Amino acid sequence: MTDLDLVQAVLAGDRLALARTLTYVENGTEQGKAALSGLFSHTGNAHLVGITGASGTGKSSLVNQLARHYRQPGDGELPRRVAVVAVDPTSPFTGGAILGDRIRMRDLAGDPGVFIRSMATRGSLGGIAFATAEVVQVLDAAGYDMILIETVGAGQSEVEIAHLAHTTVVVEAPGLGDDIQAIKAGILEIADVLVVNKADLAGVENTERALRGSLDLAHPLPQHFRHHAYQERVPGWDDKTELPELIWEPPILRTVAIDGTGIPGLAGAITAHRLHLDASGGWVLRERWRLQTELDMLLTSRLLEGFRSRLPAGVYEQALEDLLGRQLSPFQAVEKLVDMVV
Amino acid sequence: MSELKIRVLIAKPGLDGHDRGAKVVARALRDAGMEVIYTGLRQTPEMVAEAALQEDVDAVGLSILSGAHMALVPRVIELLKANRQEHVKVFLGGIVPDEDVPVLLQLGVIGIYGPGTLSETYVKDIRKAVKAAHA
Repeated sequence: MTDLDLVQAVLAGDRLALARTLTYVENGTEQGKAALSGLFSHTGNAHLVGITGASGTGKSSLVNQLARHYRQPGDGELPRRVAVVAVDPTSPFTGGAILGDRIRMRDLAGDPGVFIRSMATRGSLGGIAFATAEVVQVLDAAGYDMILIETVGAGQSEVEIAHLAHTTVVVEAPGLGDDIQAIKAGILEIADVLVVNKADLAGVENTERALRGSLDLAHPLPQHFRHHAYQERVPGWDDKTELPELIWEPPILRTVAIDGTGIPGLAGAITAHRLHLDASGGWVLRERWRLQTELDMLLTSRLLEGFRSRLPAGVYEQALEDLLGRQLSPFQAVEKLVDMVV
Repeated sequence: MSELKIRVLIAKPGLDGHDRGAKVVARALRDAGMEVIYTGLRQTPEMVAEAALQEDVDAVGLSILSGAHMALVPRVIELLKANRQEHVKVFLGGIVPDEDVPVLLQLGVIGIYGPGTLSETYVKDIRKAVKAAHA
């Protein structure tokens, strides 16, 4: 199949072509890059929802229930096409992985409006894989309107998902830690929606109280994003004016994923967040931020590649030796190498 | 990425609930550096084929201890073909009587690995078959 045929097949809804393209993209092959280029103009329509939280809080079961809800929403709403990207960790020792999220998603089998893809992290430490963003682009182009991205069991700092998703759902469960856990930096900060799953278990009130306490301590800020630690604000925001409609306070919801309790409420909160992003300009800002990150990343690796190919043979290796021998500092090594080419 | 990952689906079609063998194999393949998608118990052949398609796997391992292999295995192979996934290698674990073995191999099953099989055996077979399919 040529690159163009592959793109056409994906756009026409060919599921094998889609699965193949995802493999190419995940493996970073030339076919994958060509397909991404062909598909890119068809992206930008899907609502990307990240589901993150510690191991065993019920992320996969919640994804299963949410996907079912979007397929049969009730209340006269139209069903959505749903893609699930489920990420599990790669072994740091063997490079192998067991991807077991499908076990909890058997209710979705046989529905042509659902596409589930498991991914291994392949060395990425941020809770998703390096290629997850690109896999999501392909699914977006293939016409899936809701893309649910389930991270690996995330503890405190696996916050990459917030850079990819429009809406980040952080899942907690009763009995997983005291209230100081809730005020640490990291995963709770990225939550657009907080879920206390397994809400039929004892201790749900304590978990909810700790989360609420942590949110109350936080001063509500307008939507802002950090790009290399720079802050950007929603256009039109002025510190002196109060624009309450720009402020999103993460709701805290209770669910019981195994029996579906609370799922319509969760879906409603996700929709409300989408409407908020549309109204506040946050949607465009997030898109721009995400594409800038991708552009910078690709540019960096491309420039590095080009730069190294222009260095005289052995110079790079020599600089590395000088570093090892402590004859040069890393800053001095960079100066020396750049001076040689520029 | 220099070396392409082998992706394997491990599934338990049919009604028996003994998944220890399937888990042991999944773990052994993981330790051999493969990405193993594990589907859990009580899968229909349709569910197995659908997962194989979405995950674009190179091989499917079926663990069957219920005696229903002569019904389930041909059906899975037929569905893979219907999905244009003829290149996907199928292997079996569980309990398969000797007289069924030639029939299943004839259908294209690359190996049948009963209790006591060394993990090196199927790891090697899967690598070889997948490599041949990619060549």
